[in-house]
Amino acid sequence: MEQKSFHHALKILDEICYGCTHCIKVCPTEALRIKNGKACLINDRCIDCGECMNACPVDAIIIEQDDFNDIFKYKARVALVPSVLIGQFPRHHSSRKIYSGIMEQGFTNVYEAEHGASILIEQINKYVSVHSEIRPVISSFCPAIVRLIQVRFPSLTDNIMLLKAPLDLAAISFKNELIERGYKEEEIGIFYVTPCAAKIAAIKSPVGELYSPITGVINVDLLFNKVYSGFKKEERASCIVPEKEQLRPEEMGWSLTGGESKYIKGRCLSIDGINNAIEFLEQIENGSATNFDFIEVRACDESCAGGILTTSNRFLTTERLRERATKYIEDKSQGRIIDNQTIDKHKEFVEQQVSIYAIEPRSMLKLDEDMEMAMQKMKKISSIMKFLPKIDCGGCGTHSCKTLAEDIVQGRAKTSDCIFLQNTISSAPRKPEKAEKIWGKGRFDNIIP
Amino acid sequence: MMEFKYEIEGGDFSKAGTASSDVKKILKQLNLAPGLIKKIAVAMYEAEVNIVAHAYKGTMSVIINAENVRMLFEDEGPGIADIDKAMQEGFSTASEEVRQQGFGAGMGLSNIKKNSDYLSINSTVGKGTIVEIITNIK
Repeated sequence: MEQKSFHHALKILDEICYGCTHCIKVCPTEALRIKNGKACLINDRCIDCGECMNACPVDAIIIEQDDFNDIFKYKARVALVPSVLIGQFPRHHSSRKIYSGIMEQGFTNVYEAEHGASILIEQINKYVSVHSEIRPVISSFCPAIVRLIQVRFPSLTDNIMLLKAPLDLAAISFKNELIERGYKEEEIGIFYVTPCAAKIAAIKSPVGELYSPITGVINVDLLFNKVYSGFKKEERASCIVPEKEQLRPEEMGWSLTGGESKYIKGRCLSIDGINNAIEFLEQIENGSATNFDFIEVRACDESCAGGILTTSNRFLTTERLRERATKYIEDKSQGRIIDNQTIDKHKEFVEQQVSIYAIEPRSMLKLDEDMEMAMQKMKKISSIMKFLPKIDCGGCGTHSCKTLAEDIVQGRAKTSDCIFLQNTISSAPRKPEKAEKIWGKGRFDNIIP
Repeated sequence: MMEFKYEIEGGDFSKAGTASSDVKKILKQLNLAPGLIKKIAVAMYEAEVNIVAHAYKGTMSVIINAENVRMLFEDEGPGIADIDKAMQEGFSTASEEVRQQGFGAGMGLSNIKKNSDYLSINSTVGKGTIVEIITNIK
């Protein structure tokens, strides 16, 4: 069954948005329009990739998060942090100090989300080898990519591996650990510290799961600012010594580009960046890239290190995580690390819950459920296109002339929304000579009725 | 019924697949079942690349009606001397240069057959080839 309502963490602030066209131009699913001078989101098209937020010149697009004080409703308050959070801090702040800084904000535990990768390495390899009929298997790691495939590449939904993301597995194992330590389930609040909007959407309206094991979401930048300003002021009254488990090198790099494919057997490829992802998914759909066993695809450039909520430079974050991984290997060889991990202790319990349900396509491209109707609409679109200037100026508040034509046919827009047609429709028809100076002579001849 | 026609330039691999991508988008807009789109996309792409790889130039016409999608590829090129042989998996006359670009593995025609309900190939050596592919959608 296709899900009808979607939670989007991306929110447009009407009081700041001045209705320019930057966001509508970069949206990979044409999910934005300008209405009444403000950007509006078409809910079932948005995949929460955050490209619009990056493009906004006035920061009118934000990511809604849960109230930080919600954590205090729980006796056990777990900050489930992505490894890239540690990578936000300059190198001289030790991860122990950062953990301690996070706990000073009111958390009782800090646990890194990538611990779940340990379980996934085995599970993905098993999945890829069992499902030899599916090639390539596409990772389910990045929720923006899962949604991109659902809306733009519906025929590839079967290729997405039906396994949970590491953050879910980490949450399940740590929750189980706390229950063993004597907490009741309702006393435990697990708050994921997210580097992006897509992870919030995945938690608030999960795909292939009925509910998420995560209680709430806090943005990486908010927590970073709180902790880092504490470091700067050096007003740290207490220094909590955190209970801390080191991420193993394979866990540490999991959310970086190449993190998954490095550990999967067979021919693998890693792709990052939303436009690179679209280009490659297009090729998979054509059948021109089928000799791959496993494909890791992430929406952000440099994967999670480039998440829109990160504050540090993505390349520096990546460097820091790689250094941490190298240090782990050194420390381990010198016996400084006791590899006694919660995730290993609860392995069997977590493995029972590793699968997700089938992921349904929900094509945004279909013009109509009925093919005959869709054909008629398509014919109308091409006849409308003959009158539109095809310069994709955005003056009508849509992505392109083509999008406007589609919107007109779908009853979402009017022909007079085109500013060039407005000129010719008005009482005294005249050639838009001014526009010709910019766009070339004769360009608008065919818009004169 | 709807018809779409594309010109295909021989030898320009940077553009190989653009016509197929365009038709694929049309099929998505027409709300064809995802499995059918995949099948048609694979067959169409293979046939388009065949023209780029082997012919001087050609056209691709796609006719869509309620029953089926019919794709007609007509090219001016060397033609196929032995069609039965060309249909065999792994048989290829592609040059080393073409193979290095990841094309010409000799899977093209058999792959089209696997992904269609009807395939006919008519070829005149020294003149050109006409490939007709039909996929039922009802």
